[in-house]
Amino acid sequence: MSYLELLKLASPEAVVVVTALVVLAIGLATGRATSGVTVSTAQAQQPAADTAAATDRCSLIAALGLIIAIGAVLLLPHNAALFGGTLVITPLTSLFKIICIGLAFFAVLLTKPEKSLRHPGEYLAILLLATVGLMLLVGSEELLIIFIGLELLGLSLYVMAAFDKTDIRSAEAGLKYFLFGSTSSAFTLFGISLVYGMSGTTSLVAISQKLASASVQPVLAVGIVMTLIGFAFKIAAAPFHLWAPDAYQGAPVPSAAFIASGSKVASFVVLGRIVLVGFAPVHGSANWHAMAAGWSPVLAILSALSILVGNLVALAQQNVRRLLAYSAVAHGGYTLIGLVAGGRDGFSAALFYTTIYAITLVGAFGVVAVVRRETGGDNFSNFSGLYSRSPLLAGCMAIFMLSLAGIPPLAGFFGKFYLFSVALHADAGHGLLWLVAVALFGSLISLYYYLIVLKVIFVDASSSITAGPLEALPSDLLQQITIGVLAALILLLGIMPNALAGRILAAMP
Amino acid sequence: MIAWTIYITFAGAVVLLFFPGAIARWIALLTTVAALGLGLIAFGATPIASLARFTTIVRVAWVPALGMNYHLAIDGVSLTMVLITGIVFYELVIVPKYFLIAIFGSTNKEYGAMKLTLYSFFGGMLVFVGILIAYVTAGSLDLNQLSQFQFSPQLQSWAFPVLFLGFAVLAGIWPLHTWAPTGHVAAPTAGSMLLAGIVMKLGSYAGLRVAMNVFPQGFQVWSKWIAVFAVVGIVYAAAVALRQRDLKFVIGYSSVSHMGFVLLGLATANVLGVSGAVLQMFSHGAIAALLFAVAGRMVYRRTHTRDLDMLAAMNLSHALPFAAFTFVIASAASMGIPGFSGFAAEITILIGAWKAYPLAVWITGAGMVLVAAFTLRALKQSFFGEVDSNVLVQEGRVALDPDWNEQQGITVAEKIGACLLMFTTLAIGLYPKLLLDRIMPAVEAMKFLK
Repeated sequence: MSYLELLKLASPEAVVVVTALVVLAIGLATGRATSGVTVSTAQAQQPAADTAAATDRCSLIAALGLIIAIGAVLLLPHNAALFGGTLVITPLTSLFKIICIGLAFFAVLLTKPEKSLRHPGEYLAILLLATVGLMLLVGSEELLIIFIGLELLGLSLYVMAAFDKTDIRSAEAGLKYFLFGSTSSAFTLFGISLVYGMSGTTSLVAISQKLASASVQPVLAVGIVMTLIGFAFKIAAAPFHLWAPDAYQGAPVPSAAFIASGSKVASFVVLGRIVLVGFAPVHGSANWHAMAAGWSPVLAILSALSILVGNLVALAQQNVRRLLAYSAVAHGGYTLIGLVAGGRDGFSAALFYTTIYAITLVGAFGVVAVVRRETGGDNFSNFSGLYSRSPLLAGCMAIFMLSLAGIPPLAGFFGKFYLFSVALHADAGHGLLWLVAVALFGSLISLYYYLIVLKVIFVDASSSITAGPLEALPSDLLQQITIGVLAALILLLGIMPNALAGRILAAMP
Repeated sequence: MIAWTIYITFAGAVVLLFFPGAIARWIALLTTVAALGLGLIAFGATPIASLARFTTIVRVAWVPALGMNYHLAIDGVSLTMVLITGIVFYELVIVPKYFLIAIFGSTNKEYGAMKLTLYSFFGGMLVFVGILIAYVTAGSLDLNQLSQFQFSPQLQSWAFPVLFLGFAVLAGIWPLHTWAPTGHVAAPTAGSMLLAGIVMKLGSYAGLRVAMNVFPQGFQVWSKWIAVFAVVGIVYAAAVALRQRDLKFVIGYSSVSHMGFVLLGLATANVLGVSGAVLQMFSHGAIAALLFAVAGRMVYRRTHTRDLDMLAAMNLSHALPFAAFTFVIASAASMGIPGFSGFAAEITILIGAWKAYPLAVWITGAGMVLVAAFTLRALKQSFFGEVDSNVLVQEGRVALDPDWNEQQGITVAEKIGACLLMFTTLAIGLYPKLLLDRIMPAVEAMKFLK
């Protein structure tokens, strides 16, 4: 157990950290240089051009670093553990490290030179550090390291949400996210400390062994509920979702995309691991004919509430980002169904669903980013007539929205099918039928508002904001390719879901 | 070969994506003709004897982890078979419909499109639940295996209505039929023809193929209720159609009424009734498409109105003799005059129903009088009204406004399309054995028969 071995097993994290430092250094050098020159009015255009060049350079390096990190993950051994579960490597952790890095990669590609991003180097460095947080979260079976990962991720995301210093909404988003996030961390830490007090260990496997022999005492119940509440904040499950709409709407678009995708995937991996491994002996039951105390009825109630609140409130939204935020609450609810169902199948269905969801949302936010840059906003009126201005973006958005609604043959449909069939399978008496019925009712509502978005894009004529000449949006090629690739991914995973579902299932312990 | 009809149509759609403009129409025509030709060849080439049971055409493992296959097969009743493929194809129908109507439709199009989409999706959700239940209980999605599986009677008694109702929404079962008239009116003509002619049949077909075959005992418990809803639908829709002012609404409600016959046929649970229902699906597909072609395309395009009172003032039989001829034929077929396919199908259904529910036949008889009444009313008002003096009427030209220069007679393309449909309904009406020979053995092999 030498440090060399630690370095070897933590090489992906190390690569990303080094990349972050390099990006930071480059950003620092170019950023200082430009701010010194901006005295002359004749060179007013110069800084903007310099920032653009710096952004391109930084994102290129960041993207390269992430690709190398994926390579490093692939080179890791199949199974390994260090320091009693502090750092574990299993097929599952490797798979989700790759997925998290991939999501970060797409978020980097969507980061484009904008006025608001005056310090691209710092921004990308923080994004990379957040990615390290994701990887720590995914790769640990030790509550303390999980907490450190959560904090590293959280602190990076607060800064990313507040990064646009020219927009008061961004500051609001950052502050709200910070206040809610730190409260939730306090809850989690409190819960973890109670669980530690009862079991005397912070290792998930050891906790489950301890809990198996002990009966459920009130202190333990409080500890479990506190931990779950902390995570409910992170995944924005109702009634702990109130930060999400403002964070999604106010934060710079790439930050919002990253919060909605990477952070969510990693949170579900950890939450699943904590409840299904650590708290396995106090599973309880959420079946309607045999409710029993434990964590699963708690998650089932969170899930049903999220589905109903998220979908019903989304109906009233006029802003695409707020709509996506409320729909994110609902999708968090769907994903929880997999964890409630439990077992190997339930966990893999939940992870499949959240991965598909994350890919879809990064793409949708990519479209929002382009529209926002070209029209200055992201309300419905900014999207009207998008089809005649950019058929490609409109088509991609249609794929994303329909996949979220769960229309075959897109990946979202298969994700739902998998989740619901697992939930019904979990119990011979179809005990989770009530939850599935709630979820189906939710999807029925959701189709309406997704179709409204598509109606605005395809059917409505261009509004006064978007009128102008009906020429294609002059967005840059890389961004369009990125969005197109994400849409193609959703389509492919819908036709060949086995490519991902089979991998996740095979990686399950 | 049947499988290729699907691929060809899909390939055509993909090709169309890259060739907008004038050439698109020809590509679409070529695609459908090719698919139709292949279908006909397959129809002729498949020996009748082999149609009594499923013959697998394609079978490819799709998601091995969950035991899902892509599996197409054929029997006398029809073509697709594996459930998951079925749902994929089934729900594929919904979204294109929304855009078809919302973008290209006419009256109140966004409302109609949204209503239709939400109703279909509601049905789709019920179907989804039913299929999930079947899947998690039997552990398979293959229809063949599912229909062999013995589901417990309790499960069947609640899973069947969920699944069947889900399909029946699309078939326009009363009282969940209201999407149909609004949707038909809002849709462009081609869309209405597709909706009434094919999409509604998809619902009843899936109800027969999937719901009734997978949960036969559940079906036997619920069949009398299906019959009740069907009969109410027949009479109610016909009565409503009698009071409509918009020609397309009349036809829309007539579709609901005729689909009531299909459901009644299915509910009889005997060979004659069910075979008649399948025949009626085919027959009404042709007739409804014909009616909508006349109302939406031939008449509306030239008069820009579908209001029966305004049409009555034009006496279109002089201006558009071919349209009048077509509409008379279609109306006759729709009313169930002997010699047309509608008669052959409905009489088969009624004979079947007589064995199962004699009372239903009496009520349906009254409903048929209403059908005749509204059809004749629509026919008289739309084509054989009194000419108003301020309307310009010439051969092939109708205009409320004399300066209107765009009129033309019925085009050759319109004539070919209408003649093909008329030929179909006549051919099946005169020689129903052509289809019944293939349908009945397959129906006889089904498990739910009493």
